[in-house]
Amino acid sequence: MNIKTMAEWAAEGRQPEILFWVGCAGSYDDRAQKVTRALCKILDAVGMSFGILGMEETCTGDPARRAGNEFLFQMMAFQNIATLNNYGIKKIVTACPHCFNTLKNEYPEYGGNYEVIHHTQLLQQLMAEGKLKLEGGGSFKGKKITYHDSCYLGRANGVYEAPRAILEALDADLVEMKRCKSNGLCCGAGGAQMFKEDEPGKQRINEARAEEALNTGAGIVASNCPFCMTMLSDGVKAKDKQDEVMVLDLAELIVRNNSL
Amino acid sequence: MVQQILFLLVAITATWYAVRQFGKIRRNVLLGKEEDISGNPGLRWRNVLLVAFGQQKMFTNWIPGVLHLFIYVAFVITQIELIEIFADGLFGWHRFFAPRLGWLYTVIISFIEILSVLAFVATVIFLVRRNVLRVPRFHKPEMKGWPFLDANIILILEILLIVAIFSMNGADILLQQLNPYVYHDTGPLAVSSWLGPMLFGGLNESSLHFVERFGWWLHIGVVFGFLNYLPKSKHLHILLAFPNTYYARLTPRGKMENMPEVTKMVQGMFQPDTAEPPVEEEIPTFGAKDVFHLSWKNLLDAYSCTECGRCTASCPANLTGKKLSPRKIMMDIRDRTEEVGRKLDSKDPQYIREELRGEGVALSGENFGDGRSLFDYISPEEIHACTTCNACVEACPVLINPLEPILKMRRYEILMDSKGPTDWVPMFNSIENGGSPWQMPVSRDHWVNGD
Ligand code: SF4
Ligand code: SF4
Repeated sequence: MNIKTMAEWAAEGRQPEILFWVGCAGSYDDRAQKVTRALCKILDAVGMSFGILGMEETCTGDPARRAGNEFLFQMMAFQNIATLNNYGIKKIVTACPHCFNTLKNEYPEYGGNYEVIHHTQLLQQLMAEGKLKLEGGGSFKGKKITYHDSCYLGRANGVYEAPRAILEALDADLVEMKRCKSNGLCCGAGGAQMFKEDEPGKQRINEARAEEALNTGAGIVASNCPFCMTMLSDGVKAKDKQDEVMVLDLAELIVRNNSL
Repeated sequence: MVQQILFLLVAITATWYAVRQFGKIRRNVLLGKEEDISGNPGLRWRNVLLVAFGQQKMFTNWIPGVLHLFIYVAFVITQIELIEIFADGLFGWHRFFAPRLGWLYTVIISFIEILSVLAFVATVIFLVRRNVLRVPRFHKPEMKGWPFLDANIILILEILLIVAIFSMNGADILLQQLNPYVYHDTGPLAVSSWLGPMLFGGLNESSLHFVERFGWWLHIGVVFGFLNYLPKSKHLHILLAFPNTYYARLTPRGKMENMPEVTKMVQGMFQPDTAEPPVEEEIPTFGAKDVFHLSWKNLLDAYSCTECGRCTASCPANLTGKKLSPRKIMMDIRDRTEEVGRKLDSKDPQYIREELRGEGVALSGENFGDGRSLFDYISPEEIHACTTCNACVEACPVLINPLEPILKMRRYEILMDSKGPTDWVPMFNSIENGGSPWQMPVSRDHWVNGD
């Protein structure tokens, strides 16, 4: 698989169909990198041309903004928008709901106007267009899977159905947690919590959420966010259930199902 | 005649005092920063109709939703009866509309009676739920003392109102047979026609007359009392829910409010030539330290809060035992606003900021400074625990946004005080210097060669 940067596309005088915004977690976190590669494999398999910014991409500024550091956020925003506009980017896909939210809802204020979609939405579109076919009777058929709504895809942007459509296409047995969709419980990472210790309390949020996921009896917890992924994996580990229960991104489920 | 004069006096005093109190609330809300909230009136009216009037969000949990609806509808419909009570009170009539509306009168009053019974049942259940069942969200630390009492007072007022309605109507039914000339025929009323004889059967005319007057005065007394109690109570939501849902944010929940003053400065760094030349002005306050730095909508939110705790019950931080409670944030903002309002009313020059004091300078919202702020109510520990998950915003039945003030206070802490969790410092530094919140020894695109 040949993953080209926007600079390389530009050198050839061409534009890919879509820019894949990888994000910091997707670039640096070992576990999230697997999701990044899974998405690349799918795009490659369906023949959708894409580019990445590579070394030119930087943090969107989301954690800085939510921590209260508006200066740093806007500096990152202006810098990224300059890069994106320089390549004439029109359409962006990202596997991180935080990047998704910031690019989609917050960058327009500073002159960054793009069509931004989350990877689960793109995957649903590709399925609907018939470009991505999930091989029926795949390895997840009838398997109990629970789905964790990330706050930034769910409540923040109202995307609840696209990820569930993927699970349905996989023929999986979706078991919902009691708190789901607009009622879903946070994994504990948002609002820059990922980068600090918890305040004193009775329990860690990720463990509380992992408990809810484990209570469904599902063998797989499907997620759509690299931070939820870390939080839930840690939570499952804290309950010593890592050998029975896997936390997987929806893109990874597709890659496994189709053996890409 | 005596009764008419008494009624007029009570009505004028109660209305005058209520108007004054509501005027103060308006003044207090406008202590917040100006913010233009307009556009999309269609969607805004939809919110008012569905969420405030239709109580859409109350039905997430349908049992309390239905019970609350009984009380609410009974309350709204009973106001129709007030028209008659007012007319009778002012002109010394008795049941002015009974002979004029005929069967329609019977239907309207019967409808009110049935709703009152439903409201009575709901109120008793709510009293039990609050005081006996110990639903956790009603017993969080911020609910101790006044808020707890407030909730019970309102429920008891509701019961008094219903007692008043049935004494008034029940005694009237019996009086209609004794003295049809004064007591106009109301037709058979759905509840009072059997409840009246059951409770008051056998009383003589003068006792019945007393019961009827007692009910009538209690009814109007509770209504006037309620009107003046509202501004001090969480029950203000029955009025403010309407403007509050109208002015609710319509942008995606994930979008944080921009800070144009920061944009100006950052733009100046990126495009030094196109940016407007910096004008020498007072350095603005970034974020919020006190109610003056919040928007008026944040303060309207605080006054609209029903203290129901649905936000807190869904807050991941609170659920896992952290001190943060979004309801407490809203209650604290209201308490601080009230404190500022009281101090402004005192006109005491000691509340003028020291550097602005002087001969003939009057205390106002602009020069106010009592050395206190929101941070005297809300601790950093609380605002740091928020995951910005929007669960509180989603849960609120009157579209309050507790997240916004939390984030504004974080902005103040970081941008003005350079404080905040120490763990965040390396994160800021890495973003600034390395373009990622983690300090990484490898390049951003090294994942390309993995697997
Ligand atoms: S946004 Fe913050 S305050 Fe509101 S529910 Fe989530 S963690 Fe709690
Ligand atoms: S903010 Fe909303 S949900 Fe929270 S206590 Fe107040 S009214 Fe209830």
